[in-house]
Amino acid sequence: MRVTVDLDLCQGHGVCESEAPSVFELAKNEQVAIVDESPSEELRGQVEAAVRYCPTSALRIIEEE
Amino acid sequence: MTTAVEQRRPPRVSGGEGANGHLEELRVDPIALLERVHAECGDIGVFGLGGRDVVLLNGAEANELFFRAPEELLDQAEAYPFMTPVFGEGVVFDASPERRREMLHNQALRDKFMRGHAATIAREVEQMVAQWDEQGEIDLLDWFAELTIYTSSACLIGKRFRDQLNRRFADLYHDLERGTDALAFVDPYAPIESFRRRDASRVELVALVQEIMNGRLADGPPSDDDRDLLDVLMSVRDEDGSLRFTADQVTGMFISMMFAGHHTTSTTASWMIIELLTHPEEHVRVVAELDQLYANGEEVSYQALREMPWLEASLKETLRMHPPLILLLRVAKEDIQFREFTILADEMVGASPWVSNRIPDDFADAERFDPSRYLEPREEDRANPWTWIPFGAGRHRCVGSAFALMQLKAIFSVLLEDWEFELAQPPDTYQADLSKMVIQLQQPCVVRYRRRNR
Repeated sequence: MRVTVDLDLCQGHGVCESEAPSVFELAKNEQVAIVDESPSEELRGQVEAAVRYCPTSALRIIEEE
Repeated sequence: MTTAVEQRRPPRVSGGEGANGHLEELRVDPIALLERVHAECGDIGVFGLGGRDVVLLNGAEANELFFRAPEELLDQAEAYPFMTPVFGEGVVFDASPERRREMLHNQALRDKFMRGHAATIAREVEQMVAQWDEQGEIDLLDWFAELTIYTSSACLIGKRFRDQLNRRFADLYHDLERGTDALAFVDPYAPIESFRRRDASRVELVALVQEIMNGRLADGPPSDDDRDLLDVLMSVRDEDGSLRFTADQVTGMFISMMFAGHHTTSTTASWMIIELLTHPEEHVRVVAELDQLYANGEEVSYQALREMPWLEASLKETLRMHPPLILLLRVAKEDIQFREFTILADEMVGASPWVSNRIPDDFADAERFDPSRYLEPREEDRANPWTWIPFGAGRHRCVGSAFALMQLKAIFSVLLEDWEFELAQPPDTYQADLSKMVIQLQQPCVVRYRRRNR
């Protein structure tokens, strides 16, 4: 899977970082940085929670062939 | 024959023949005006507001343009002149996306602070209901407006400041919210009663804050654990040792910090009660969900608040049908093209949560209160990110939305677990007061409460 962010939507709430700290990173006063754009399958639960609980619905999972 | 591209104006809605255009209609029945623009003009139409034109956008395509537009294209800072007398000069209604991100961190709205806020809010509700008898009546607007003064001050400023507030602060604050007549688009200081009260109440709020600051100066600094935002602001000194921020400035900051989360949350909580009481089958479902979740006497915790799909769906549906803000505004900084129409620089541009949230193509049976529209597989909020907009969308989306939903869930966890409610008036007498830009309930809006027998 691949993870993408719409930076017109991200406000830097940091929910994704709490859910999947190895995939998302937030510096102070910044928007999210995706540090692992193609997370491994073991992280699927964490990444799905990050997408679901993102307050601005800024994150998407794109399934790859 | 001309080769230049013609600047085609969007269609203009009927009515508004006087010098102030549709201002009078906006002051009396804004919903009828906004709905008529949509009905007559479609996704882009114009109404007059004082000497100015407002281009109202509707539907997903137009709303996406509105919400994605950067500051340089659509500016929000100039769009709400009615807020300047409330906050004070120099405090704007909204801030740049960058500044909003800073505020998110500074104002403890970030995810990692939510856990503590959940407990704080539950405690504030417990304190308010501790004054109730076994049964009685409350006016929804009065009760929730007071509660949300306590919750927002406790969470955003700190417990020490909250403990120095009482009902008086809530009443004065309410006068500020009532001072948002759309007449302010023409003259924010026009000699009308609601503006006079707004200004008098703001003066009194500054005096209250001054009194609190004087008390703290006399008492000396608190322990580190007790320090709140006011202590932090008071610790900033100029070179000559005097306080950097006056009581007037501090009050302006606190008013603006609390404003976005106050009337919005209190009105939503009120409508939620009314919707549940007029939709008994939904009411039963929400209470059953809470009973199961708190069956073993658990605390109201952050994790618990995440796991209540029916309560959350009912809140979202309440927000869809009763969006606390019905008209969002910007000012165009340059000409903007939408389809064949041109929005001219300096025109105001609007989007309407009221109209968008009811678009029939996006929301099945749109006038029906139906929380199940948020559950899988329908998820009509996620499916319509540009038209399900009780919190706005995009760059300027309400930064407090996660806090607001958490707060409302915490409030109803306490209220619905221990209390039953019933309407004390005929259902159709619970109506929105649309005469101000800050929309609240018409009073009286009374319900009866009774302690639950379990």
